[in-house]
Amino acid sequence: QQPAQFTSPETPGYVGFANLPNQVHRKSVKKGFEFTLMVVGESGLGKSTLINSLFLTDLYPERIIPGAAEKIERTVQIEASTVEIEERGVKLRLTVVDTPGYGDAINCLDCFKTIISYIDEQFERYLHDESGLNRRHIIDNRVHCCFYFISPFGHGLKPLDIEFMKAIHNKVNIVPVIAKADTLSLKERERLKKRILDEIEEHGIKIYHLPDAESDEDEDFKEQTRLLKTSIPFCVVGSNQLIEAKGKKVRGRLYPWGVVEVENPEHNDFLKLRTMLITHMQDLQEVTQDLHYENFRSERLKRGGRLKIEEEEEVNKDQILLEKEAEVR
Amino acid sequence: AVPVEGKNEAAMSELVPEPRQKPVVPMKPMGINANLLGYIGIDTIIEQMRKKTMKTGFDFNIMVVGQSGLGKSTLVNTLFKSQVSRKSSGWNREEKIPKTVEIKAIGHVIEEGGVKMKLTVIDTPGFGDQINNENCWEPIEKYINEQYEKFLKEEVNIARKKRIPDTRVHCCLYFISPTGHSLRPLDLEFMKHLSKVVNIIPVIAKADTMTLEEKIEFKQRVRKELEVNGIEFYPQKEFDEDLEDKTENDKIRQESMPFAVVGSDKEYQVNGKRVLGRKTPWGIIEVENLTHCEFALLRDFVIRTHLQDLKEVTHNIHYETYRAKRLNDNGGLPPMTVETEENHESNL
Repeated sequence: QQPAQFTSPETPGYVGFANLPNQVHRKSVKKGFEFTLMVVGESGLGKSTLINSLFLTDLYPERIIPGAAEKIERTVQIEASTVEIEERGVKLRLTVVDTPGYGDAINCLDCFKTIISYIDEQFERYLHDESGLNRRHIIDNRVHCCFYFISPFGHGLKPLDIEFMKAIHNKVNIVPVIAKADTLSLKERERLKKRILDEIEEHGIKIYHLPDAESDEDEDFKEQTRLLKTSIPFCVVGSNQLIEAKGKKVRGRLYPWGVVEVENPEHNDFLKLRTMLITHMQDLQEVTQDLHYENFRSERLKRGGRLKIEEEEEVNKDQILLEKEAEVR
Repeated sequence: AVPVEGKNEAAMSELVPEPRQKPVVPMKPMGINANLLGYIGIDTIIEQMRKKTMKTGFDFNIMVVGQSGLGKSTLVNTLFKSQVSRKSSGWNREEKIPKTVEIKAIGHVIEEGGVKMKLTVIDTPGFGDQINNENCWEPIEKYINEQYEKFLKEEVNIARKKRIPDTRVHCCLYFISPTGHSLRPLDLEFMKHLSKVVNIIPVIAKADTMTLEEKIEFKQRVRKELEVNGIEFYPQKEFDEDLEDKTENDKIRQESMPFAVVGSDKEYQVNGKRVLGRKTPWGIIEVENLTHCEFALLRDFVIRTHLQDLKEVTHNIHYETYRAKRLNDNGGLPPMTVETEENHESNL
C-alpha cells in the first residue's frame, strides 16, 4: 500500500526510492520465510498440543507415547519436523525441533549435552556455508527461538530449569512458556509468573526481551507491545479439539465445571504468545544472527584458528574473485 | 444365650500385638436385642471397646511423597479439614527446594465426635526435585525402617511401656504428576522399592488439569503400568482376608485407584452452600463433588473405611516382616537394648 503522505510522482524532487520497502516486501514474500523453533520441556507439559494449536496443524500425526519403563533407558533425542505454511500468499517454512526425553530420566545430568550440541552444530554448519564459495543458497537451520516449558505444577523454576537455561541463554533466544495453564487460578498464575521472573533475575538468566515499540509506531501497537512485555512468561492452554461454547465452535477443553477457550484472552495468554511470535519472528532471527551467531563465530574462530576454507581462499584469491563475479551475475 | 463366635478384636494394636483376625461381629455399636430369650450382654464389649478407643485416642501417621508443587500439603489439609501440614507450620512457599531429601514430621491432635486422633504428617521435601534423583528414595526408606526399629526396641524391652508410641508410617500417599502420558521413571523406581515396606496409595495430583476422557485414559494407563511392573499398592491383593474384602478391594483396585484428586483449603459459595473449591474464570471446581474429582473417594477410603486396616497391615505385615528379618539377622535373638541412663528414664 502506498502511504498517503507521499507526494505524487509528478512533483519535482520526487526520486522514487521511497518505494523500496515495498520492493523488499514483495521479494520477501516471493522468497518466503524460514524459521526454526526449538521446543524443550519435560514430557507431559503440553508442548505438542501447544505447537499444533499455534500453527493450526498436526505436526505429530503418528505419535506413540512411551511408558515409564521405556523412558528409563532413553536418552534425549532431537527430532526435527518441517512444515510449509502458506497464508495470503506468504510462505513460511517452519521447522520445529523437538527434544523428547528431556527431563524424564531419574538422572538428568546429561540432558543438555545433546541439545547444546545440536544448536552448536547448526551454527557450525552456517559458519561453514557462510565462509564457503557458493553462498547463494545457504540454508539457515539455526535455532531462532527456544520455547522452554516450565511446569505449572511447581512453585517456580526447578534446578533443572535453571541449569539448562543458563547453559543455553548465550546460544539461543529463550522464551519461557507455562502450558496447561488451566490448572492455575488467575491469582496462582500471577504468583507463579512473578516467582519465575524473580528467579530468572536472581540466577542471571538472559531470556529474550521484546524490543520496545519504535516511537513512530501507532498507539495501538505500542500498547500491544507493552502488554506483551508484561505478560512474560506466557501462561497458555493448547487444544486440538473444537468445543461448543456460547453457540459457536471454539478451540478449547471441556471440563465438568466449564469450558476453557484457547483463544479467549481472559482464559489464558495463547493469543499473546502467538502474536508475539508472529510479530517478532523477524526480530528473533535478527537477534540470532547478530548476537548468538556472532558470539559463536567469534568464539569459534578464536578457538579453532582459521577455517580451512579461508586458507584456501588466500591461495586462490583471483580465481575466487572471478567466481564471485559470476555468482553476482 | 446365643453363642457368639467371638474372635479377639485386633484393635489397640499398640498394647499387645495380636495376629490379624477378622472380627465376625460388626463394628457398629448394636442396640440391645430384646428378642433374645436370655440376654447376657457380651455384645456390649463392642461398646466398651469403642468407649476405650475414644478415651485413649489413636495414632495415625501419614506420609506424603511427590515432587514439589503437586499439592501434597494442601491435600492433607483438605483430608483432615485442618491445618495439619508443613504448609501451616511456618513453611513459606517461597522457600527454596532443598538440595537433598528431607524428612519433616509434624504432629497435631485433632478431635471429632469425641474421638481424639494424634495425626502425624510426614513430608518429604526435595524428593524428585533435583537434576540427579538417583536413589532419592533411600532417606525415605531409611526413615520408615527407623520407625520399625524404634517400635521393635520398645517391644523387646524388659520393662516396656503399656502403650508403645507408634511412629510407624501407616500410609504413604504417592503423588503422580498429571501429565496425561504415563508414569515417570522415578515413580516406578520409588514405588517398586517402597511398596515392600509401607502401604502405598498412589494418587493423581492436581487432577483438574485433565478432562474426563483424559482422566479415564490416564488412570487406565497408570494401572496397567503398575501391574506390568509388579507394584503392589494398598490394598494389596495378597492381604485380602475373605471374599467380602476381595470383592470390595477389587473394585477399588481396578476401577477407582489411583484416585484423581484436587485439594483446596478455600471455601466458595456454590448454589447457596459453602464448598471447598478452586475458582477459575470458567467455573468453580468443587473438591467434594464426585463429578469434578475423586477427592471424596480418597477421603472415605483412607479415613472412613480403611484407616484401621491401614494400621493393621502396617503392624501385622510390614512390621512383622521387618521384625523377622531383624531377629534372623541377630541369630533369632531380639536386639539388646543397653540400659543407659537415657532410656532407663524414658521407661519409667
